[in-house]
Amino acid sequence: MIRLENLTKHYGSFVAVDDISMEVPRGLLHGFLGPNGAGKTTTLRMIAGILRPTDGRVLIGGDDVHKQPLAAKMRLGFIPDRPFVYDKLTGAEFLRFVAGLYGQEGDAIDRRIAELLEVFELTSWKDELVEAYSHGMRQKLIISSALIHRPEVIVVDEPMVGLDPKAARLLKDIFRQFVGKGGTVLMSTHTLEVAEAMCDRIAIIQHGKIVAEGTVPDLRRQHQAGDVSLEELFLKLTGGAHARELAEVLGR
Amino acid sequence: MTGTTVQPSLWHVLQPKWRTVRQRLREARERGGWGRLTILLTAGGLFWLGVYGVLFRILKYFRGVEELGPLLAGKLLGLVLLAFVSILILSNVITALSSFFLAKDLDLLVSAPVDWLRLYLAKLWETVIHSSWMVALMIVPILAAFGVIYGGGVLFLPFAVLTIVPMLILPGVVGAALTLILVNVFPARRTRDLLSIIALGAAGGVILAFRLIRPEQLARPEGFRNLLDFVTVLRTPTSPFLPSEWATKAIMSFLRGSVDPLPLLLLWTTAAAFVTVGALLHRELFATGFTKAQEGAERFVRGTLWRRTVGSLLKPLTVAKREFVLKDIKLFFRDTTQWSQLILLAVLVVVYVFNIKALPLHRGEPVGFFYVNLVSFLNLGLAGFVLASIAARFIFPAVSLEGRQMWLLRSSPLDLKALLWSKYWVGTVPLLVLALLLTGITNVLLQVSSFMMVVSLATICALTLAISALALGYGALYPQFETENAAQIPTSFGGLVFMMTTVALLGAVILALWQAVYTYVRAVYDGRPVVIDAWMIGGFTVVAAVCAAATVIPLKIGLKRMEQFEF
Repeated sequence: MIRLENLTKHYGSFVAVDDISMEVPRGLLHGFLGPNGAGKTTTLRMIAGILRPTDGRVLIGGDDVHKQPLAAKMRLGFIPDRPFVYDKLTGAEFLRFVAGLYGQEGDAIDRRIAELLEVFELTSWKDELVEAYSHGMRQKLIISSALIHRPEVIVVDEPMVGLDPKAARLLKDIFRQFVGKGGTVLMSTHTLEVAEAMCDRIAIIQHGKIVAEGTVPDLRRQHQAGDVSLEELFLKLTGGAHARELAEVLGR
Repeated sequence: MTGTTVQPSLWHVLQPKWRTVRQRLREARERGGWGRLTILLTAGGLFWLGVYGVLFRILKYFRGVEELGPLLAGKLLGLVLLAFVSILILSNVITALSSFFLAKDLDLLVSAPVDWLRLYLAKLWETVIHSSWMVALMIVPILAAFGVIYGGGVLFLPFAVLTIVPMLILPGVVGAALTLILVNVFPARRTRDLLSIIALGAAGGVILAFRLIRPEQLARPEGFRNLLDFVTVLRTPTSPFLPSEWATKAIMSFLRGSVDPLPLLLLWTTAAAFVTVGALLHRELFATGFTKAQEGAERFVRGTLWRRTVGSLLKPLTVAKREFVLKDIKLFFRDTTQWSQLILLAVLVVVYVFNIKALPLHRGEPVGFFYVNLVSFLNLGLAGFVLASIAARFIFPAVSLEGRQMWLLRSSPLDLKALLWSKYWVGTVPLLVLALLLTGITNVLLQVSSFMMVVSLATICALTLAISALALGYGALYPQFETENAAQIPTSFGGLVFMMTTVALLGAVILALWQAVYTYVRAVYDGRPVVIDAWMIGGFTVVAAVCAAATVIPLKIGLKRMEQFEF
């Protein structure tokens, strides 16, 4: 459903994403992990059509995001890591606006808006300007906006940041159900327990390159890691020993 | 832990701001290279020269007038500085709101062990610099002209600096104090109410300043009973308790060669006293005000009005375009920093129309046909300039203001053409209405012929379409995604280039129309029938072609640039 072919992104002489290729089949929740600055957000933003790749291409359901952007983006729902929305619109107005961007309107959309606001417990806030929303509420609103047009693919960058435990649990359930019905999710996260519990497959990116990919048992096998947790595996693959030493120094 | 905390120096608190400015300058230089700097310096230099030239001529004339000359020069300086002080108070109120209550660094500073005095001084310094740099630059050519004409010598430079600095500090302290009080009076982050008051205050201020200046008295000395009355008016200080008057007195006494230390002393002691009182006020009220500014906005909006009215009118459009237009209109009218400027705009338009009405063209003697047509024709250029200023303020920032939400627009299947289309018409339709009203009303007041009426209305329509497109195109070419305040966006390099291009366009259109209008005026003046000849048709064609090109090309370039945006 999502296919990355030799995807590369340069910022001047800095290589943020270095020739990565990956395939996320339909009906799968795929985790995308990596340390800060590894290239996760850049990759996800290229998949969402926000950034243009220096080289390579992104296909969503067979459509090239940069050559057939409208067709590819109709299938996509993107949830960014920073919840920037129009402060002077109300929550309901924002959702109606986003639906309009996908060419959808009418009673069906009004019902869908009510439904999503209800699910995310924002109904009593629907006529409040977004400027009055907390970080978590904005995040819930953005998640609702990504679901409003019933996408086939969700690309999500750090979805749990700012969410209360109840909303985080709800989001996990929504993603699992979405995948259960044939949807596809590509999710970057730093919460490794969440990734281990939720993801069918995982890719780990470091210095712009994918250093490991597969199911968690696959990864353990590939890297002869025994029965360690995903966190241990992640630290092993991304230079975690150094981090542990640092933690010891700071803890003294 | 006990004991006193070592306080960071004031410089340390201000350092991030200074470093940010330096980095921005460095980035601007790297982006545009020397070309950009040269354009900026040339434009600034030409502006300075223009101001200096005009002042030089006026002061040279004043110097030639016995007795009255120095009085008139002093009065002129007093009026200019009074206008500056009024502008500065308004500008400081708005800037103080941002720097004392809404700035992003406040969370860090307020939570750090920085004492109230350092915080106040750092923020006051920031406010004064932000709001006064433009006025300070404007004062340079003005005082240079005074210094040259009245032989101020080399010492005039430090003396002028010594005089102007406290004059800039005082409105800063007053502005910050006013903001502090307003934020404390109004509940929780009601910046809308606050800024409405500021806008209305500004409008009132303009009218008040206009009355204070009493320009009609100075323009018509024959209106006084005798010369003594006129001299008395000139000698009377415009407003004896204002720092502008003290600064004027100090400067004029220096230029006359008899330095009076009192006004300078008044300026500095008042500035010191005001800073002290301001600091004490800050100590008492800042914590409460800052807390109120953090509280939720609690803005409950039903917002079905726009959907029912404009939404119904836009039914024939695609959903995406309709929603985009509705969104832009809602955002505009819910953002006080945007719509409040319409009040000032209305005042300016009234003053503009009033000035045309006051022209002595239809007094007594038969109508000066030539002058009426000349004024009507040149009015096109002036109206075009007014429209360009409005477009710079409202249309130029349109693309920049989408910056933080661009993730949504770029990841959705919205066609960028639709986005640009919506932005263009949301800006152009009101501008077109204003353009037609401005030109139509002034033409009616001038009692122009139907030929001139048709020519000017058609031209202003074409110009408006082009000016909007230029504003949007340049806005996309030079976006300011980091700036949150829409009012700051037009003061960028892109805004300057837009204004320069628009002035060139206005010049080209007026030049192309000149022959056609001249042929018409000549024919009527000589009593011959007006014949639409090849010259006229040629002129109109050139205008149409220039305006069409100035509409289509910037939009195409803007679209191309938007397609390359990366976030």
